[in-house]
Amino acid sequence: MRLKTIKFAFIKSIPVCAGYIFLGMGFGILLRNAGYGVIWAFCMSLFIYAGVMQYVGVNLLASNASIITTAVTTFMVNARHLFYSIAMIARYSDTNKYNPYLYYGLTDETYSLLCDCEIPEGLDKGEYLFYVTLFNHSYWILGGVLGNILGSVLPFSFSGVEFSMTAIFVASFTEQWLNNKDHLPAITGIVSTLTCLIIFGRDNFLIPAMLIITAVLLIFGKKRGEL
Amino acid sequence: MIKSILIIATMSIVTMFTRLFPSLVFKKNVPPVLSYLGNVLPASIVAMLTVYCLKDIDITTSPFGAPEFISIICVMIIQIWKRNSLMSILFGTIIYMVLIRTIT
Repeated sequence: MRLKTIKFAFIKSIPVCAGYIFLGMGFGILLRNAGYGVIWAFCMSLFIYAGVMQYVGVNLLASNASIITTAVTTFMVNARHLFYSIAMIARYSDTNKYNPYLYYGLTDETYSLLCDCEIPEGLDKGEYLFYVTLFNHSYWILGGVLGNILGSVLPFSFSGVEFSMTAIFVASFTEQWLNNKDHLPAITGIVSTLTCLIIFGRDNFLIPAMLIITAVLLIFGKKRGEL
Repeated sequence: MIKSILIIATMSIVTMFTRLFPSLVFKKNVPPVLSYLGNVLPASIVAMLTVYCLKDIDITTSPFGAPEFISIICVMIIQIWKRNSLMSILFGTIIYMVLIRTIT
């Protein structure tokens, strides 16, 4: 039973594997160049476990940033997770002891992998979601550690593997489009984000995009009487 | 050394906060407005993240984001055809890796 759960969870997590190991390695190399060894890479990937934030974190460490700056920056970069958590409250209910870790490991990729997936028949939902999250977390840590150790001595160029991240989102988007009759949320997402990208520039558009998406969805919800 | 540990601890705690806070506040009774958002937000957020991944493409200079756009269309076609995420992600990524080495 448990073995079967682990097997299904592993298969589910494979798309994240290549992307996380590659991106994790990028982080590990960056951290090494900033003068931090493998223990640091391991601890950061274990405890922070947020891709973009750890890249930013290398800069914070290198520039010896203040704690306040660190806290504010982290909040700005990761505020989107508030939205993922809200979206997952129903999904992650009745997962019992696994519940805190599921939220702890709710990254962009884990979110899009799990937000609409079906639980294979006969498996315990909490346990399945837990192992998918745990596998993803392990890939990320592995990548960070490998990158930090191996540095730039790799024999083969893996450049382009990072596209698997984009592919995860595109596949998830397509699948949701096929499953949902109502395409308003998807269209709202694209239009709002593109608009914010043009207005706010590529470094600052995520938070405004989320606020606008939420506002638009609430307005439409009210209009259609779904609220 | 201690300062570095403090910086990492701060990043960890704030990140954890953004992920756990909503679930701690709305443990039992999810307000209707949030359960509505929980239903519609996933599709919007995935759309948003897709755009986010493409933010660094420069469409004004060659190859005009062609590898990305071709690969994305391949992912979509395979997904619609096979309904298998693993397959569409795998082939899409391979196609992309080939394209960036051939298209310039």
